[in-house]
Amino acid sequence: MNQKNRLQSGGRIDRNQPMSFEFNGQLMVGYQGDTLASALLANGVDVVGRSFKYSRPRGIVTAGADEPNAVVQLGATEATQTPNVRATQQELFDGLVAGSTNGWPSVDNDFMGMVGKIGGSMMPPGFYYKTFMFPQSLWETYETFIRKAAGLGRSSKESDVDVYDRMNQFCDVLVVGAGPAGLCAALAAARGGARVILADEQSEFGGSLLDGKETISGKPADEWINKVVTELEKTEDVLLLPRSTVNGYHDQNFLTIHQRCSDHLSDRAPTNQPRHRMHRVRAKRVILATGAQERPLVFGNNDIPGCMTSTAVSTYINRYGVAPGENLVVMTTNDYGYQAAMDWHDAGRKVSCVVDTRETVTGYVVDAMHERGIRIMTGSAITEVHGSKRVKAVSIAPINEDGSKVVGPAAKWNVDTVASSGGWSPAVHLSCHTGSRPVWNDDIIGFVPGPTVQKQLTAGGINGCYELENVFKEGLGAGKQALKELGLEPTRLMTPKVESHERNPAMALFLVPHRKPMSRAPKQFVDYQNDVTAGGIELACREGFQSIEHVKRYTALGFGTDQGKLGNINGMAIAAQVQNKTLPETGTTVFRPNYTPITFGAIAGRDCGELFDPKRYTAMQPWHVANGALFEDVGQWKRPWYFPKPGESMQAALNRECKATRESVGILDASTLGKIDIQGKDAREFLGRVYTNAWAKLPVGKCRYGLMCGEDGMIFDDGVTSCLGENHFLMTTTTGGAARVLEWLEIYHQTEWPELEVYFNSVTDHWSTMTISGPNSRKLLAELTDADLSNDNFGFMDWKTANVAGVPARIFRISFTGELSYEINVQANYGLHVWEQLFAHGEKYNLTPYGTETMHILRAEKGFIIAGQDTDGAVHPHDLGMSWAVANSKPFSYIGKRGMAREDCVRPDRKQLVGLKTTDPNVVIPEGSQGVFDPKAPIPMPMVGHVTSSYWSENLGHSIAMGLVKGGLSKMGEKVYYPQADGSVIEAEICSPVFLDPKGERQNV
Amino acid sequence: MLHIFCPHCAEYREEEEFHAKGQAHIPRPLDPEALSDKEWGEYLYFRKNPRGIHHELWVHAAGCRKFFNMTRDTVTYEIHETYKIGEKPTVTAQS
Ligand SMILES: [Zn+2]
Repeated sequence: MNQKNRLQSGGRIDRNQPMSFEFNGQLMVGYQGDTLASALLANGVDVVGRSFKYSRPRGIVTAGADEPNAVVQLGATEATQTPNVRATQQELFDGLVAGSTNGWPSVDNDFMGMVGKIGGSMMPPGFYYKTFMFPQSLWETYETFIRKAAGLGRSSKESDVDVYDRMNQFCDVLVVGAGPAGLCAALAAARGGARVILADEQSEFGGSLLDGKETISGKPADEWINKVVTELEKTEDVLLLPRSTVNGYHDQNFLTIHQRCSDHLSDRAPTNQPRHRMHRVRAKRVILATGAQERPLVFGNNDIPGCMTSTAVSTYINRYGVAPGENLVVMTTNDYGYQAAMDWHDAGRKVSCVVDTRETVTGYVVDAMHERGIRIMTGSAITEVHGSKRVKAVSIAPINEDGSKVVGPAAKWNVDTVASSGGWSPAVHLSCHTGSRPVWNDDIIGFVPGPTVQKQLTAGGINGCYELENVFKEGLGAGKQALKELGLEPTRLMTPKVESHERNPAMALFLVPHRKPMSRAPKQFVDYQNDVTAGGIELACREGFQSIEHVKRYTALGFGTDQGKLGNINGMAIAAQVQNKTLPETGTTVFRPNYTPITFGAIAGRDCGELFDPKRYTAMQPWHVANGALFEDVGQWKRPWYFPKPGESMQAALNRECKATRESVGILDASTLGKIDIQGKDAREFLGRVYTNAWAKLPVGKCRYGLMCGEDGMIFDDGVTSCLGENHFLMTTTTGGAARVLEWLEIYHQTEWPELEVYFNSVTDHWSTMTISGPNSRKLLAELTDADLSNDNFGFMDWKTANVAGVPARIFRISFTGELSYEINVQANYGLHVWEQLFAHGEKYNLTPYGTETMHILRAEKGFIIAGQDTDGAVHPHDLGMSWAVANSKPFSYIGKRGMAREDCVRPDRKQLVGLKTTDPNVVIPEGSQGVFDPKAPIPMPMVGHVTSSYWSENLGHSIAMGLVKGGLSKMGEKVYYPQADGSVIEAEICSPVFLDPKGERQNV
Repeated sequence: MLHIFCPHCAEYREEEEFHAKGQAHIPRPLDPEALSDKEWGEYLYFRKNPRGIHHELWVHAAGCRKFFNMTRDTVTYEIHETYKIGEKPTVTAQS
């Protein structure tokens, strides 16, 4: 295909750098400087997609972020697939591959098109709600169908091959938009010495100046742009970010900028370069210079390819050297629309006429048309477009003064392009992100930013200020104002000189009348992407939807990837008109981040793959890996789960580990347990307030188990705390609870009992902890330490300092297995060394490493609880049969005491933790099974509690379990039943949870 | 994301460093046993959810680990002040 619409000269493209690309399988050529959209138009491509609901052929309408139709799927390979890219914002590069997203199975001929053609009345607003709601069982079928038909792109089925970055930034002034207002604001701020960031979504700075033929101080606008940009580049502390969309304006001037670093270069980012970068900016002042977007007019069949906004027509001619047709008609409600006619004519193509909806028009625009011999038809409108895949003709008819009625016969004009201008809508989106509502301004026929709590200034088009000279003034003014507010000294700056024109007042027209009523007229599209028509909005209002938010949701107005940039104001105005309200009464819907869609990659940055979440390893990790451990996640810790031998099943490994520990000696890496160092003269008093048991008399050298409860009396953590010195304790917590417990201690100390002198510090990572457990643990440890390990000298629940394997250590004689156990703590750096030394000496005792799973089984054989597994936040110590760990005589009302005494906490039929022995000793009840007392009770069966821990015990030769049972502590010997999903029922007897060594003799030897 | 002035560090830091801990100024009753179940329940569970000015407890979790109070507008998210435990707010719903 040749570039039939490319002009011989002009534009900011480089005709010496051709670039080939593929669209819907067809090879085409464009130039360096093109967007995908301008290259498609240059190649004469009319249809770029199919619409969402009616599947009508659609062409390019705009030249920017507001584009509703040219939304394409990008990517030359599966891994680089990117959905929903606006062709108007995608710069062309050599080798670009794109395809239509909406248009299944093909753009030119598709299934939904036929459904749509059967009759528009078959697909009214709410069509999807009404049609696909029932039966629900078919929803999955519907959804597949709708998604395919809606065709809003697809993501890659492969991993993203690119990398993404994130940067935290701060500045004095963030200027959003580098058009005439933004450039002036940035210049003024930079001259005053402020730290400035200037961001613009386009590839080049200049904004609207790039699209027109303005002269500034008698010279082409780009000379002025270059001068300003060069100065900004040279100024220290100024960061210029082209191709960077400020997408979100969050609280307290926190803004996110989505920078596309390499999307303009190639299909995937060059090696060692990020594809996108997310800047997270905290700005002292924000200047919004986001400009305005042109509203297209709403008229019959206004979606036929060849219908565009008037600025888009000018932009394609002036910036890209493309005239997207041969024969133009312009319809406008304001003077700005005439520019398209001038540019089209000056490009050497035919302008049939300008249709002005106003009764009279005088001055500059009339002269300009007169000079070019272009006819103006005032008091008229294009009521309807004819054609299917391209505009073929238009019907032009006279309308009355307020634009509500057609007042005469229509004449048909043969044209192939329609440029329409309904005026400007300030781009207020960002100013609304933090909850500020825009305010309607009758003078400019648009919404402008409303009051906000953000430290925000605005300049130019966003304020409804469109005359270039005033735009410059506002930009400079905003820059100076920002400096003043920051206590910096503004410098004098001259306002650039530009030609200005007296303008005729614009007309407020949001719907062009047709001789038929709205519901019968040819479709008048308001929101192209979602196929929302004026008739659809009228119907929604008639069906009782009054709030604009409801109308929006019922019709899907503004729901597409363009977020209603093009159609929202027209849609709201039509809803207002139908309801006989004013636009300010109807109000707007809410704009939320992001302004344009962004990639997940940009959000994730480098926090993916290995870096998704930090991983915590103990010092013995290399040994665990070398010895075949499988790992389990406990919080961020990677803990050995079990250590299978080659070919060994999990159960076989657990059986071996459990037996070896009880028969000789096993070893557990317990380094992950939370450790909190507590010091201060009131440390002991403090412990007494946060634990349920007594701490006043614990002597130096002793350890004690404690339960920690919330104010509601429910257990939230447990562990052993040791007295290291009169005013010095070491608290251990569960692995997952360490951070929470430390914060818990701090909050009570800082907010309730600041008079207590006590200090807390996490020392979890400072110590490596290894527990050797089993009858031979003393013999093994004796080979490595000088300490006297005799039972008389070093009894159960004692701790001592000693050397172990030549390294200073703390040894705690505590046991979570019920066996003779020593918990050896050494400085983390020595952990691996001591571990290896234990194994060097341990072979003759069959020293067996075990992981969390065997630890769970061994403690369950002893009925020891795990907080968070056997408790769930609704269990207090008495429920666990652990009244022995609750002191009643402590003088201070410790945390949990009052809570446990509540009426509901002393009911005898509370769920209580008991042991469960299955009638069939080989059956292991699935954890989580719900128990019932009567397995024949009708459904819904009264449930009496669930199984919290359940294992096969190789040592005992039968299964063991613990569970919560209603009133369980007084039901010893009674039966409880666990119905299973497969219909079977497991019968168990309620028993003591201590299955092994009930007198606790093994740990005391 | 909020920008929070830690009164202990005397610096503005990003919200990511902080945890919100709920309503401020709820002292633990000095004699819990003297309270009825209902009164204890009020202390345990009942919290305000005002539209507008609210006093909250925060902790500089990834910073100095200290707790402090914040007066914040729940509608606009404006932070009117942060102040140390034991101090009184200068901005209140009445003021
Ligand atoms: Zn701090």
